[in-house]
Amino acid sequence: MTALDTIILDTASRIFDDLSTAETINAAEDGVWPEALWQAVMESGLTLTWIPEDNGGVGASMLDGFAVIKAAGGWAVPIPLAETLLAGWTLAQAGLQASGEAATLALGSNLTLVDGKLCGSANAVPGARNARQIVAVVGVGDDVHVVQVSTVNCELKAHTNLAGEPWDQVSFNAVDVEQTGTLPAGVGKESIEAMGALIRCVQAAGALSAALELTIEYSKERVQFGRPIGKFQALQQSIASFAGEVAIINAAADAATEAVDRAGGVDHEAWVEIATAKTLLEEAVNLGAAVAHQVHGAMGFTYEHQLHHLTRRLWSWRDEYGSDVTWSRRLGAEVLKWGPDSLWPKIAAATDNCS
Amino acid sequence: MPIARFRFPFVAMPPEATQLRKDVRAFLTEERASGGYTPMADCWASGMDPQFSRKLGQRGWLGMTWDKKYGGHGRSFLERYVVTEELLVAGAPVMAHWVADRQSGPQIIKNACPEVRDAIIPRIVSGDCFCAIGMSEPNTGSDLASVSTRAEKVDGGWQVNGTKLWSTGAHGCDYMLTLLRTSPLDTTARHKGLSQLLIDLKAPGVDIRGIADIGGQVHFNETHFEDVFVPDSHVLGEIGGGWNQVVGELALERSGPERFLTNFIVLQEAMRLLVKHPSDQTREILGQVVAKIKALRRMSLGIAGLLQEGSSPEMEAAQVKDLGTRFERELLEKLRRVLPDDVLAASEGLLPSLLRNGILRVPSSTLRGGTNEVLKGMIARQLGIY
Repeated sequence: MTALDTIILDTASRIFDDLSTAETINAAEDGVWPEALWQAVMESGLTLTWIPEDNGGVGASMLDGFAVIKAAGGWAVPIPLAETLLAGWTLAQAGLQASGEAATLALGSNLTLVDGKLCGSANAVPGARNARQIVAVVGVGDDVHVVQVSTVNCELKAHTNLAGEPWDQVSFNAVDVEQTGTLPAGVGKESIEAMGALIRCVQAAGALSAALELTIEYSKERVQFGRPIGKFQALQQSIASFAGEVAIINAAADAATEAVDRAGGVDHEAWVEIATAKTLLEEAVNLGAAVAHQVHGAMGFTYEHQLHHLTRRLWSWRDEYGSDVTWSRRLGAEVLKWGPDSLWPKIAAATDNCS
Repeated sequence: MPIARFRFPFVAMPPEATQLRKDVRAFLTEERASGGYTPMADCWASGMDPQFSRKLGQRGWLGMTWDKKYGGHGRSFLERYVVTEELLVAGAPVMAHWVADRQSGPQIIKNACPEVRDAIIPRIVSGDCFCAIGMSEPNTGSDLASVSTRAEKVDGGWQVNGTKLWSTGAHGCDYMLTLLRTSPLDTTARHKGLSQLLIDLKAPGVDIRGIADIGGQVHFNETHFEDVFVPDSHVLGEIGGGWNQVVGELALERSGPERFLTNFIVLQEAMRLLVKHPSDQTREILGQVVAKIKALRRMSLGIAGLLQEGSSPEMEAAQVKDLGTRFERELLEKLRRVLPDDVLAASEGLLPSLLRNGILRVPSSTLRGGTNEVLKGMIARQLGIY
């Protein structure tokens, strides 16, 4: 890590630790916007991480942004930071400016531009009600437009994901477009969806790491039958398996973020790494969340305990931007294209010639 | 708050690796075409072929990382990694030299006296000398400190009595690196009094009997020592220092590609069938297994990178072995779900024999080198739970 990387991650971690408290997260679920947290994040420039300086951003590396996103997952921050980064990255791909204010992305398949105005609707738009802007990706194939609209001009129907995070239905009834651009060759809707999937993997990798820490601590503190429950082999074995899943999902998510960083976006290699991570997320979340809850017992099943801030997000992120089923089939289709004789060369090539 | 407990840094293969990979592939293609070998599952623990090992030795692919001054090739851990993974995915018969190349050679270089080292290392490098592991015993499995094979001091050396078990390939090996007691068990300090001797398996008093595995194949052995004389020169390291030496040796063997690639050849051959009528389920399963292989490889290579730096990532290595060896079984179970019902009914063909072999070999992957339960106990301890 360079000094800048460290500064960005340290800044983010400090803000999250101070301001993304259990009370704030619960209040956010009740509809109280965590203004102090958001202001701190925005004022520190974190929302502009992926925006090049020419487009009004700070021009930090892709890896910096992913490190912040992983930390945000670990602290279960109840603000659309990852969404703002993804929306900003999408704007930047289309050569557009980003303000760093709260934004989110709509990828609905029935979005169209009619006489220059945005029409159609999108389901489950993360953080929509708290976003100033919605960035929509419109069209298919080579003819894809990135358009930015103001959320106030859209019609929102409130909905939430399993974690109680905003996941609104948004209708665009001939909404005025604030800025519009086209994606460069090689960047399609699939690339943006893949970035979304990767962001969820990275958040989940952070959340699983945090859930493992809570679980380890609890197993040392909780005393039953006269000793800490962590003394029991049955629990040790479960927690060790959990740690294995934390290790493998972090390894897979890191591999994918590095591939994106190398390519400056989602090229074919990066797409394969992302498909790999999202495919593996199921097992990691299933086992990790199950063991975390099992070890925490009834205590961890209460709303009062903070564990659900992590596990409910994990169960939702597992499915967002394509579930593991969707992604494993996509990856499998790609593997079939490689065929039996190129299977290994393709796998090995991931580490060759990429200094 | 997230703590990055595990580190699997990205490792880019050095530029030389690309050519090396091509060379190994070309060699394997030629060998396979000329009938030099038939691919097999779990090849590093079931494919004994000294002649094949010698061919690898001639090409400079044994003892690759060892210092040139001892007869090695002075190449990087990553270059060795390339060679081993290429051999494994091809299902090549690499069992004869595997243990010597992976762990015995480094152990001998580090702990043998110069005369013994210089007599043995060049022969391992040329593929003319093979080694076996002498750790387990009839009453010693994962609990290594309980070994009861003993050596008593005699004039000019040690006299060994006892039995070693499960030594893969010992019947075709020249030496066994044997962990034994050189002083009686002290129940308050069980790890003390253990030493490692390099025992010549051709010496008088050594009796090696093959043990058939559940598939009827003889890969591992029971080795009896009756008043076997081992000269002082063949003590490895310090008398009484055996425990630490062995622990270091075990760390070397945990995270390599042999912990998750032994059934790759089964996957590759199964794909020849699967590409013909792919279903969603086939795609799903291929996606899952390839994702797992890619992630495990990332972890395993990350460890190789850390070893090259001089760190000893023990917890990470244990994680690779636990996840990887469980995957070995998972892979076969998943493939079964998408292969035709009668795939095993065929009396000939490569895939049926590989599958048969894979299924019957796979229970051993989560046992050898320390059971997964013991590994998980180790991981838990490192996490601070004990």
